[in-house]
Amino acid sequence: MISVVGHFPVLVIAISLLSAFTILVAGWRNKKSCAFISFATILVQFVMSIFILHHVLTKGTIYYWLGGWRPPWGIEYVVDTLNAYILVVLLFLSLICVTYSKRSIEHELPKKIVSFYALYQLLITGLCGMTVTGDIFNLYVFLEITALSAYALIASRGKIALKASFTYLVMGSIGACFFLLGIGFLYSVTGSLNMHDLSLLLPPLYGNKVVQAAFVFFIVGLSIKMALFPLHTWLPDAHSFAPSEISAMLSGIIIAVSTYALIRVSFSVYTVAFIKLLPIFDLICLMAALGIIIGSILAIAQLNLKRMLAYSSVSQMGYIMLAVGLCTSTEHALWGGLTPALMHILNHALMKGCLFLVAGAFIYKAELWNISDFQGLGRKMPYTCAAFTLAAISMIGVPPSVGFVSKVYIILACLDAGGWKIIFVAVMLLSTLLNLVYFWRVIETMYMKRGEGKEEEHLSSSKDEIPLSMLIPVLTLASLCIIVGILWLANPADIPLSMLDKVNELFGLGRWAIP
Amino acid sequence: MMEELIPISYRPLLAILCPAIASIFIVLFGKRPNIRESWTMLASIAQFLIIISMIPTIIGGGVIKYTFFTAFPGVDFGFSVDAFGLIFAITSSFLWILVSSYSIGYMRSLHEHAQTRYYFCFAFAIFGAVGVALSGNLLTMFVFYEILTVSTYPLVAHDQTPEALFAGRKYLAYLLTSGCFFLAAVVLTYHFAGTTDFMNGGISTLAEASRGALMALFAIFLLGFMKSAWMPFHSWLPTAMAAPTPVSALLHAVAVVKAGVFGIVRAVCYIYGIDLMSELGLGIVLACIASFTMIVASLFAIAQDNLKRRLAYSTISQLSYILFGVSLLNTMGVEGAMLHIPFHGFMKITLFMCAGAIMVVTGKRNISEMAGIGRTMPVTMVAFSIGALGMSGIPPVCGLISKWYLALGTLDAHALGLLAVLLVSSLLDIVYFFPIIYIAFFGKPEPEKWTGGGNKNSNKKPEIKEASIFMLVPLTLTAIFSIVFCLFPNTFHILDLAKLAVAGLGGGV
Repeated sequence: MISVVGHFPVLVIAISLLSAFTILVAGWRNKKSCAFISFATILVQFVMSIFILHHVLTKGTIYYWLGGWRPPWGIEYVVDTLNAYILVVLLFLSLICVTYSKRSIEHELPKKIVSFYALYQLLITGLCGMTVTGDIFNLYVFLEITALSAYALIASRGKIALKASFTYLVMGSIGACFFLLGIGFLYSVTGSLNMHDLSLLLPPLYGNKVVQAAFVFFIVGLSIKMALFPLHTWLPDAHSFAPSEISAMLSGIIIAVSTYALIRVSFSVYTVAFIKLLPIFDLICLMAALGIIIGSILAIAQLNLKRMLAYSSVSQMGYIMLAVGLCTSTEHALWGGLTPALMHILNHALMKGCLFLVAGAFIYKAELWNISDFQGLGRKMPYTCAAFTLAAISMIGVPPSVGFVSKVYIILACLDAGGWKIIFVAVMLLSTLLNLVYFWRVIETMYMKRGEGKEEEHLSSSKDEIPLSMLIPVLTLASLCIIVGILWLANPADIPLSMLDKVNELFGLGRWAIP
Repeated sequence: MMEELIPISYRPLLAILCPAIASIFIVLFGKRPNIRESWTMLASIAQFLIIISMIPTIIGGGVIKYTFFTAFPGVDFGFSVDAFGLIFAITSSFLWILVSSYSIGYMRSLHEHAQTRYYFCFAFAIFGAVGVALSGNLLTMFVFYEILTVSTYPLVAHDQTPEALFAGRKYLAYLLTSGCFFLAAVVLTYHFAGTTDFMNGGISTLAEASRGALMALFAIFLLGFMKSAWMPFHSWLPTAMAAPTPVSALLHAVAVVKAGVFGIVRAVCYIYGIDLMSELGLGIVLACIASFTMIVASLFAIAQDNLKRRLAYSTISQLSYILFGVSLLNTMGVEGAMLHIPFHGFMKITLFMCAGAIMVVTGKRNISEMAGIGRTMPVTMVAFSIGALGMSGIPPVCGLISKWYLALGTLDAHALGLLAVLLVSSLLDIVYFFPIIYIAFFGKPEPEKWTGGGNKNSNKKPEIKEASIFMLVPLTLTAIFSIVFCLFPNTFHILDLAKLAVAGLGGGV
């Protein structure tokens, strides 16, 4: 019965973990091999994840019992459409980032190549683990693996990055503690840690204050991890001082996987019935809306590109969380349920990944951090700047980019939710304008502002592009910003959207909601 | 019938692809100006021919549909060419040919920088404008509308001076804000009606929404079409005159602003429908806005000394003629509005191209400096006079025809007040155009010239010094066409198309 693909969930984690140690050993002998090993591993993982997704879509959910122990006792890996999708997105961006990192790490952290790749591989292990596991304590373990490797990676630049990493460490640990408390509470009531088991045991206990408190702990803990608005304070420093590929991962994937964890806890451990009991998702909507606006306003105030992008991430997380918050009150087949949220997770990974990698390219070429120094870059690095422009107009939401599609879907979801939630339409539109303000400033400086002296302009007019191994990932992401946008809109053969619809079916959301 | 339509159904797509493909080649041949510019010319001619080839089908009562995909249930992303869309498409594609030639002369004479970027963005803007013209529903229109906005930004900020950058910023701030409103309007329409297709006589399901909601939606539509520069949301247009003149000519007299009014006409006639509009009393709202803009913009125009700025205010005023015509909600009014789109396009482009020619040859931008310029640049100034006469509605220039229809429309609507507004506005047109003609032909050039040796020659008969042939031919042609349209309004079947479009609307008297 169980095919080879059935073993892939555990293999994805195992080879990643093994690769981390292999890199450490191989790096002793040959530093150059690290990037290659890491790339090869992630490529294999990526291919596996595609097989997993295909298997899940055609044959249904994969259950894998670790060590052959039956679920309530042993650890179970469960891969359904939701995690298969997240897994593909996460490994795709990891692949892009590792390709990009080879040259940029040689430049930025020449002495730490080995530890960088070992930690990077650990990070991927943690993220994959969080995604595939069906056991809530196991989720916590992987959450910590992810976080610890992220702390170390952020700190790898030294100096001021240490402070950023420390802030993240403190905040992240608080978040993890909350999460652990939630698990403890649930365990004390039910005596189980398996998600599916919990979801069967919990419904009679929904009135129990311990169960409700546990949910609040989960939400708060994960909100810190995903930098939901008032708990976002660690994010700007961490994102701006990390190496750029890590910033891209942090922003595009790590906070998105935390969102995944939140979705998983809310709908696989708890259920829609419980969510509707408490107004907590409404509260999330409001926080997200505040985050969208305030994140954007703070982004406008930044002079440093990476910090600006970091605040933009706060705002974009708001989009995702707004969509998550709306998911229980929407019913439409297309934009009901989790569809807009999951769509924006991918879209944001593409856009923000591209933007951070471009920011890294500027640092790689000329140590340019501040937006005001970008004068004349449009001529000097035409392809990189074109990629930035594509991703930026995508963030603004100019059609037919991915940002536009997300925006339309979220707005339609707001309208579908009805009632007071219609105000979020205005929030979304206002946010578009704020995005325009801070992104256009960069584009204008790159292309339109003239350098001070004529001679300087002469010098800068010669092309000076980043190496191909960095350029290709950047251009791939930029072109995907448009291509994926058209794919979402065109929805050929129902592929991308029906997949998300299956997630709704799984959780009884959207059109599958039980009235 | 169907078999006949199949080959033709690709034509909207081809028409759109012309500028898109040209833009790619323009970038590829960026280093070789001659080849680069021949691509522009080639694409513009090809596009015009393709669009012209669609006329017989449309006149025959057909609608050409081309669907890419279904974006949402009930909303196909695709084109649907009807008579009204074709009028706008013919206008912008035909003028693109002439402006391409003019651009070549203008950009080369002034040795402008970043010409590849200029031609690239220009082609892309046409891509957007024709896309707007041919789109079959609001969503498609929105996509092209935004493309048009973004692609024209580099053109407005072309000079890259602080003023140009400011102009560009202001341009984007206004137009992308309006884009947000447009998006809101699209989504709300879809929410209320379940479709966003343009339908003759309006979307019937829209009427089911509540009265208040429809009123609010109309306000959002108007804000969404800020491109039509109705007052008080007009100030981006004079600021955008920082752009090179060919840009002002085509984009700010034809493509961009016309996309705005085109959108309003679409919203009024094809989304709300004439009947619903008059039932809700929204025609009066629109008429008030249009009348206010017509009069006030003309008054502003009188005060401008910079020729391009005066033309910009004139554009603002003239665009509101179109809104004015639609707001009458009757056959004559709407027909006048539809005719004014191409007619105003031809006349205004003539005026702008003349302004540009004067600037290239003499470097003068202000009207007060142009004394006697009619004697040194006779062809240009004759063309200018033709355009100016047309604007004021004096025969034999085509402005007369659209104004005639508009006036008949006011009578049909029994709105003598509006007729008065129309006449006052025409009078104001004369007030701000005739001084220019007067100064140009009868004014004496100021004797104390700063330029070396200028004062000695001032009493001699001035030499004729026209702009390059690339610039002179297009502006002469548009002037000639402005007259031709008056004598034979049915050139390019414009009149037939307008009549056909109006006949399909259903509502009216």
